[in-house]
Amino acid sequence: MRNLTHLKINERGTIKGFTDEVLSVKLMEMGCLPGTEVSLELIAPLGDPIAISVAGYQLSLRKQEASSILIEEA
Amino acid sequence: MSVKANLRIALVGNPNSGKTTLFNLLTGLNQRTGNFPGVTVDKKTGTLKLPNGQQAEVVDLPGTYSIYPKSLDEQIVQEVLLDTDHPQHPDAIVVVADASNLKRNLLLFTQIRDLNIPIVLVLNMIDVADRRQLKIDLRSLSIDLGVKIIPTNSHSGAGIDTLKSALCLSLVKPKKPFYQVRHLAEKTIDEVKFEFNLEEDYRAYQYAQQNGRLKFLSSEDKEKIERIKKENNFYNVPTQSQETMGRYALISSIVNRNVKKTNPEKKLSVSQKIDKITTHRVFGYLIFLTILMLIFQAIFAWAEGPMDFIEGSISSFGNWVKEVMPEGVLNDLITDGVIAGLAGVLVFIPQIAILFGFISLLEESGYMSRAVFLMDRLMRNFGLSGKSVVPLVSGMACAIPAIMATRNIESWKDRLITIFVTPFMSCSARLPVYTLLIALVVPEEYVFGIFNLKGLVLTGLYLLGFFAAILSAWVMKFILKAKHRSYFIMELPGYKIPQWKNVGLTIYEKSRTFVFEAGKVIVAISIILWVLASYGFGDKFNNAEQYVRQELPAGASEEEFQIALGAYKLEHSMAGSFGKFIEPTITPLGYDWKIGIALITSFAAREVFVGTMSTIYSIGAEDDDERTIKEKLSKEINPKTGEPMYSMAVGLSLMVFYAFAMQCMSTLAIVYRETKGWKWPIIQTVYMTAVAYLSALATYSFFS
Repeated sequence: MRNLTHLKINERGTIKGFTDEVLSVKLMEMGCLPGTEVSLELIAPLGDPIAISVAGYQLSLRKQEASSILIEEA
Repeated sequence: MSVKANLRIALVGNPNSGKTTLFNLLTGLNQRTGNFPGVTVDKKTGTLKLPNGQQAEVVDLPGTYSIYPKSLDEQIVQEVLLDTDHPQHPDAIVVVADASNLKRNLLLFTQIRDLNIPIVLVLNMIDVADRRQLKIDLRSLSIDLGVKIIPTNSHSGAGIDTLKSALCLSLVKPKKPFYQVRHLAEKTIDEVKFEFNLEEDYRAYQYAQQNGRLKFLSSEDKEKIERIKKENNFYNVPTQSQETMGRYALISSIVNRNVKKTNPEKKLSVSQKIDKITTHRVFGYLIFLTILMLIFQAIFAWAEGPMDFIEGSISSFGNWVKEVMPEGVLNDLITDGVIAGLAGVLVFIPQIAILFGFISLLEESGYMSRAVFLMDRLMRNFGLSGKSVVPLVSGMACAIPAIMATRNIESWKDRLITIFVTPFMSCSARLPVYTLLIALVVPEEYVFGIFNLKGLVLTGLYLLGFFAAILSAWVMKFILKAKHRSYFIMELPGYKIPQWKNVGLTIYEKSRTFVFEAGKVIVAISIILWVLASYGFGDKFNNAEQYVRQELPAGASEEEFQIALGAYKLEHSMAGSFGKFIEPTITPLGYDWKIGIALITSFAAREVFVGTMSTIYSIGAEDDDERTIKEKLSKEINPKTGEPMYSMAVGLSLMVFYAFAMQCMSTLAIVYRETKGWKWPIIQTVYMTAVAYLSALATYSFFS
């Protein structure tokens, strides 16, 4: 299954679930809920961290966290 | 609600929701920073006169995304709100939400609303929402959320008066909870409610969720809750997960019903365009470096004038006091102890003000989080986090506020490493030492015709500190075991034009805190040093006048006698004895007992070096400006070699020592507070002193 790190820049996807429960709670608090549409906005020059657009704002996270968010292409 | 003489209001909201701007608008200059009891989180409170004449105390609680804390600062929010006996527990809460980003902002609101404290919701940045063409039906939203809503624009101040009048009316408690947690854990909630005599389901539920963290619960209480949870199969994470999803489901339907996007835009917003440049692989780093250079330049060049002025004024004030007061011990204590100590504190205000001005500008504008984003990967190689950038940069002004700025690093390991290495960054207290020594031993030469050698040495010292910091961090990365897994989830707020009022208030508050917090220590140490240097035991100290008369040639003037007497007394004072005592250990570095005294006194604060040297070389307190110290030092002859004492090798060795050594009581005190024990400050002192000693030894051997 694809996760957030597989998105290309400006590509959209819908959050399907998480692979890490503890992290998922923190991500959900920040608006990353299952069913929410996200798009990849920025990749830092060294490839990590990345920034996504979610719930009307920009959120940056490391690839490690991003890989725990499972997505489905929109 | 009964009308209290003093209404206590808490401001709560997401970071970047404009909460602090609102706080500044409400309280203006009537605010102060203190500490929450028992913890080192800054407590910002202010007073506000309501239109009905009532006085209200406003507390600006740290910004947080949810009542579940992710960092130390955030923990205070739940502590204050959940503990009804907390001295800061509010009578009313103002939740500040960013109107242009309602869904995420409302999560915190609904959690706090369910604690059943009188509440009002402020929709801030209503102008930004307008610009994004969001149409918000305030009336209907207010009914759906069950709360009074006040739209504000903290840039223009619109809506503030309405908020003030709303606070006069007795705010109503919500009738029923927004979200029923009851069905998630009915038995646990009932038992906790019964056990602790609580009214609200959500408060009891929070006791169960956070029992390990809440400081106001005794360990018996915590165990009691743990037992209840075990009996009823209550698991924190899955329950919290259900709660968050449940709340968001309600919030989403409400927001979708009441907020309409009139013109869905497809083009890039201004913020996104700026991001393309600020996070660009070349321009991004170039911009970051340019900003750093600018700050660096400002701290040194712009602060010079005001610093000279402060030094000059205090020194003439000291001289005036010396003349006006009757001569004696009290006079000496006040002028050479207290006023000299005060000078050491006040002189740093310009640099601290400039640094915090810049940091506040970068944070206000939204650039700081881009710098963190840009640097995170790079910093992680060295066991640090992107969020370590701010403390390390601040460390160039002063390690004390820099170490305090590590609190928003969520991972304990990253935070500890940052605290550990920050004092290596060359702070402004080292500058007077560097300046004096460079002027003394580095010749006025140009390298390649353009680079001033003195400037190069100074730059080199700063780089030395920086590399020591990141190399030490890299080593610690392998030694320390992580308690929790590190993670990095950070909002990139939209760019904003900074508000000068906020920047000004930050500068004012930080400078004031520095003067009072660090000032206390520095003044106290100065007094102790003065005592150590003014008193001694034994025949030589007590009968100094006789000995000096014997040594001096017959024709010596009274002034020469006084100068020689001062130096002789210092040599045989307690401080002098210490200097002599450590002399054997510092001889390999090229130092003598006089420098030894300065090393001991500099343990209080590095800049004390200059003052101590001027006392040791018996320059009257009247003219202790740097030129005279420099002249005296350059004439000093090493009795063993017959060469000048302050050779290139000794000067460089001293500079290297000062670059690395942990010589700051205030920093140690802060590290103690922030790491909650003496373990880390002690390890840090031993480690830094060892690095300093060995490097100074190597430097001295290489250059001599």
